[in-house]
Amino acid sequence: MSVGSSVAVLIPTPLRKYTAGESRVSAEGSTIAEVIDSLNAQFPGIKDRICEPDGEIRRFVNIFVNGENARQLDGAATGLNAGDEVGIIPAMAGGN
Amino acid sequence: MATEIESFFLPAAMRQEITAHARQESPRECCGLISGRDGALTELYRMTNTYEGIDFYRIDDMDLYRLYTDLDAKGDEIAVIYHSHPVSVAYPSSRDVEYAAWSDPVYVICSLEDQESPVLRAFRIVDDLITELAIN
Repeated sequence: MSVGSSVAVLIPTPLRKYTAGESRVSAEGSTIAEVIDSLNAQFPGIKDRICEPDGEIRRFVNIFVNGENARQLDGAATGLNAGDEVGIIPAMAGGN
Repeated sequence: MATEIESFFLPAAMRQEITAHARQESPRECCGLISGRDGALTELYRMTNTYEGIDFYRIDDMDLYRLYTDLDAKGDEIAVIYHSHPVSVAYPSSRDVEYAAWSDPVYVICSLEDQESPVLRAFRIVDDLITELAIN
């Protein structure tokens, strides 16, 4: 694992208003938390939609690393390698 | 001045499929997605509700990720998110609004409150604001 790895981040439609409509962007970091900070530096405000104030991934947002749910890995501390694909997908939920 | 209500075309076969799914899952809530392209609905996907109780739904996260990335790669979009209200009206609940993170798709709700006459209604939920669409 190298510090400052560049990863591809898939941006879901609800968050594309932060990325000027881009569906896939690059970000730097060796963990999910670092990548989210890198995203927030490029697209201010996006972090609040993904993370709780303590930096953990919001309960109704999922982050996938090469298809694996980060919640089943190390959450925001999950390590990343250059070229990894990070997908951010808000949950779809509701109730009556 | 009266505001014109936006209309929303939901093919009869999809309406029947949503109602059938709702009946099959009752008393639990059913949930699913309809993909779209260029404003037309393309395919309905029944999704798994991973919530174990009867008064909430959460689409299986992994299935959602897989379907979303497949659709996105093809240039399709998620046009509709549907779910059922087995014992209440076809109107977004406070929790439906609270968890409506996706603002582009239309939310379709199937009520089985009157089991003989299911009711389907469609809404946009954007920034906690509910706007009903006329299904035709």
